[in-house]
Amino acid sequence: MSGGGDAKFFARGKVAELRIELNSDKKDKNHVRKKIALKKIVANMTMSNNDMAGLFPDVVQCMQIPQLEIKKMCFLFLVNYGRMKPELALQGLPILLSDIEDSNPLVRALALRTLSYIHVRQFVEATVGPLRIRLRDPDPYVRKTAAFCVAKLYDHDRDLVEGSDLIDKLNGLLQDDNPTVVTSALAALLDIWERDGGSGGIRLVIDKANAGKFIQILPDCSEWGQTYILEALMSYVPQETSEASIMAERICPRLQHSNSAVVLTCIRVILYLMNYIASPQEISALCRKLSPPLVTLLAKGPEVQYLALRNALLILQRRPEVLRNDIRVFFCKYNDPIYVKVTKLELIFMLANEENIREVLTELREYATEIDVHFVRKSVRAIGKLAIKIEPAARECIRTLLELVSTKVSYIVQEATVVIRNIFRKYPNQYESIISTLCENLDSLDEPEAKAAMIWVIGQYADRIENSDVLLDDFLYGWADEPVEVQLALLTATVKLFIQRPTKGQDLVPKVLKWATEETDNPDLRDRGYMYWRLLSADPAAARAVVMGEKPPISAETEKLDPATLEEMCLNVGTLATVYLKPVNQVFRVARPKKLEDSPALQRHLLPTVQAMAEMQAMISKQVASPQPKTEPVHEGDVAAAVDSADDYFASVPPGNIGIGGGVVNSNPFSGVMQSPSDLIENNYGQVNRPQTNFTQNNQGDLILL
Amino acid sequence: MLSGILFFNQKGENLIFRQFRNDCRPRLSDVFRIQVISNAQVRSPILTLGSTTFSHVKHENIYLVAITKSNANAALVFEFLYRLIALGRSYFGKFDEEAVKNNFVLIYELLDEILDFGYPQNTETDTLKMYITTEGVKSERAMEDSSRITMQATGALSWRRADVKYRKNEAFVDVIEDVNLLMSAAGTVLKEDVTGQIIMRAYLSGVPECKFGLNDRLLLDDNGPSRPNGNKNGSKATRAAAGSVTLEDCQFHQCVKLGRFDTDRTISFIPPDGEFELMRYRATENINLPFKVHVIVNEVGKTKVEYQIAVRANYGSKLFATNVVVKVPTPLNTATTHVRTSQGKAKYEPAENNIVWRIPRFTGQSEYVLSADAILTAMTNQKAWSRPPVSLNFSLLMFTSSGLLVRYLKVFEKSNYSSVKWVRYMTRAGSYEIRF
Repeated sequence: MSGGGDAKFFARGKVAELRIELNSDKKDKNHVRKKIALKKIVANMTMSNNDMAGLFPDVVQCMQIPQLEIKKMCFLFLVNYGRMKPELALQGLPILLSDIEDSNPLVRALALRTLSYIHVRQFVEATVGPLRIRLRDPDPYVRKTAAFCVAKLYDHDRDLVEGSDLIDKLNGLLQDDNPTVVTSALAALLDIWERDGGSGGIRLVIDKANAGKFIQILPDCSEWGQTYILEALMSYVPQETSEASIMAERICPRLQHSNSAVVLTCIRVILYLMNYIASPQEISALCRKLSPPLVTLLAKGPEVQYLALRNALLILQRRPEVLRNDIRVFFCKYNDPIYVKVTKLELIFMLANEENIREVLTELREYATEIDVHFVRKSVRAIGKLAIKIEPAARECIRTLLELVSTKVSYIVQEATVVIRNIFRKYPNQYESIISTLCENLDSLDEPEAKAAMIWVIGQYADRIENSDVLLDDFLYGWADEPVEVQLALLTATVKLFIQRPTKGQDLVPKVLKWATEETDNPDLRDRGYMYWRLLSADPAAARAVVMGEKPPISAETEKLDPATLEEMCLNVGTLATVYLKPVNQVFRVARPKKLEDSPALQRHLLPTVQAMAEMQAMISKQVASPQPKTEPVHEGDVAAAVDSADDYFASVPPGNIGIGGGVVNSNPFSGVMQSPSDLIENNYGQVNRPQTNFTQNNQGDLILL
Repeated sequence: MLSGILFFNQKGENLIFRQFRNDCRPRLSDVFRIQVISNAQVRSPILTLGSTTFSHVKHENIYLVAITKSNANAALVFEFLYRLIALGRSYFGKFDEEAVKNNFVLIYELLDEILDFGYPQNTETDTLKMYITTEGVKSERAMEDSSRITMQATGALSWRRADVKYRKNEAFVDVIEDVNLLMSAAGTVLKEDVTGQIIMRAYLSGVPECKFGLNDRLLLDDNGPSRPNGNKNGSKATRAAAGSVTLEDCQFHQCVKLGRFDTDRTISFIPPDGEFELMRYRATENINLPFKVHVIVNEVGKTKVEYQIAVRANYGSKLFATNVVVKVPTPLNTATTHVRTSQGKAKYEPAENNIVWRIPRFTGQSEYVLSADAILTAMTNQKAWSRPPVSLNFSLLMFTSSGLLVRYLKVFEKSNYSSVKWVRYMTRAGSYEIRF
């Protein structure tokens, strides 16, 4: 094709004019005019100018011209508009069919490729005959085109292909001498199998002999062909543990390939084979081989870096040995794109331990002063979570947090407030000296989550904060305008204040209970209001036990994948699902689910799901044995007075309005503040999946929140 | 696999739209335009909407987008997009909006060739250029010509034509290292590594078999678990003395026989004709940092920032680095600067919020100093300055930060010609950052 200078044809054209240009009788040496007209048509096709379909008869005329360049443009037109005007497209069919018989293999392949792209019944049916012959074409280029052609036909018309012998013939190509033909046939078969989705009768069986042969030709295949072979090896189920080791050993050299698809797919296969390997030494030897190539991917383009990092996040949970020593490689460069930075941050958090915590904190402290607000917040949150994750480092983490609070940057202060609340939950009655620092920054809190966190702290430590009643009263001033999250926190905190310091709380409690029960249409808030009211009026001692009771411990491990998802994800290393780290079928409903096939070699007892099940059973049996926690004695105080006032109030309310049933009392003040889990992918259509927010959220101070 | 390939310019105009499967509809280009190009909130190169995934790469002023359905191999998708860019650059020099518009018909032709039903096919530039050219196909090629092409495109040596002939047989090897450094404000090294490339330009006749040797001590699976990691290992001095380098990892062009490398560490290959990247490697031990940088920054009240920056060349006095550029970040509200340097020129570039200090030639073992003041204007909302790191750029010939050396390159060909080989070393700054 004549190079360059085509930009001038890239403009919206009119059908009538183009028709005249195509049909002009003027002398057209080498068909230059026709070429230009066709280029204009191709440009308009790109701009989805559907009027162009009107030019079908004229374009079909041009297909006769014996010039490859013109032919290719006409074919492109046919592929694009064929479906729109099937009856007109049919005029091109004879030309394609005769080209399939051409003596030039490039022309044969081109015609076959084009023919099979056109989603029109007559074309599809006309393909079958010539395709059978081309699957045995003397030229490998034509054979590999024919191989993909079978998969294309299957896409157009499943029954047609299943009713013919095409799949058998495609299987036959696996024995071809030419590696490109073999890998093309393999890719086509995998495509058909994937689409069959288990509904049709198609099974993919790759036995030891097949797998061995594929691995043998690996070095002779193109990089893409190698990827297709590695993908296919995922369907091979080793029957003996030695088979799996040998196989893993033989594909290891692929880890040195410069194509990241080969590398990541190879990592996937090795991780998969490890499930069938018994020897721990072999497994750790393999793990050591995986680490350097994975880290090397960080020198690739940012998109591949991102993918490598997401997969590192995954592999780390399944095979921690792989990245044990490598925390520094995940430190952010200033110019890393934000999606790379955020994932690196998650990895740093996961790899942090007692030995490297100082280094990590210095690094996170650095991130907390960057420009991107989202990233800064996550860094602050990570510091707080590290205080919870690594107990001996808690003091150090809190010191760093306080340093950050002293910057007075509003969003840093708010984020820090939220994590400090979690630190208090993890280490009750310690580090209380922070409270005063927090109280200095009350005014800068304007986000519901941060407010709720602060209010929780005030309520929980009402007896230790001198002016807790004043602080709460300040917050209560804006009650009506607050979101439910904050109102719930205020309600609970006021009740806590009253229970701990009845004299201070007795003015506030009736007021708040009244608002919560009467002036809201939120059922959660009203229910909780009534619940407290009833509790306080019926049994103050119980109220204390419930409201100030011991809370379940929190941990920082919430972002770990559940065992079943982890197991599934490891079979999908390098795919899109690893970016979302969600069960494949939640994101891609049509994807064929993959699971570990059982075999005598499968090391079942080492699978995450099996181990989790065992742990769960152990825990249940332990819990049954342990006694219930004791309730604390209750201080008598002005409780009686408050109870009276509450009762007075209830007496004034018409009986119909009080609907307190014997519900379940939840002593966890967080329950109401709990955000609904992100249902990003519940409904697949029209929903946007954005990778940053794809961990299950809960309110336990997730690193992955926001 | 891929359902379609789309190109857009920055305005969101569709430049190329090629579908490979029936599930790729034209309206998807509107979806991408709205959800990604005109959405400032996009923070990921991958976006899944319903059952459709858009994976995009930005290059120059164009977006290259791959559309996939279902759970595709994402590594393959991006690697293919990168390859597409490489192809575009090789065909058109620069691969931007202008080049795409000027060659859109050729690009459609290429896409038809390198993707079949959305599966990447042969993407070797050399082979493709045999039959897809910017010069126009010579009307009807002879039959043998076509079968030669098809053998080439599907053969085990898809990257090399058999009939290459040179009067003078030469091979040039460029060892190019990017040295990366991240130094903390306290002057401790947080991260240092080298990513190296070995670029070869082979002008060799026939089908030459090459063997390539480095002074490496590949530790890929040496001695099992005791493998040293990081720089703390005490044995490093002896290693360096023995004149060998430890490569953390290496990756090769597809022409290299990986099986042989795995068994006996020989790098043997039949090279493509012309220029290609033979290997990439990574080294993390015994890194020789070419420059030591000492940064002192004082924020004096809210009106002034003082800088003292000293850069010392850590390599032999016979060598010199060229195009050394030191970028010193200044606060956003900088009004003016006063800069003094002992060598080179420094200029404040307000658009970049940097003082840019250029030293065209930096001789080994010398030390140059910059001192500067940035005067700030008063701001109503005093936002904290994020203090981006000081960064360096340079290139330094005949020096490798990793200590890597090429020991030999042997060429065997059946006609037994003699060949001339050249080796060149260069170290550049990758991301050379010093926090303060």
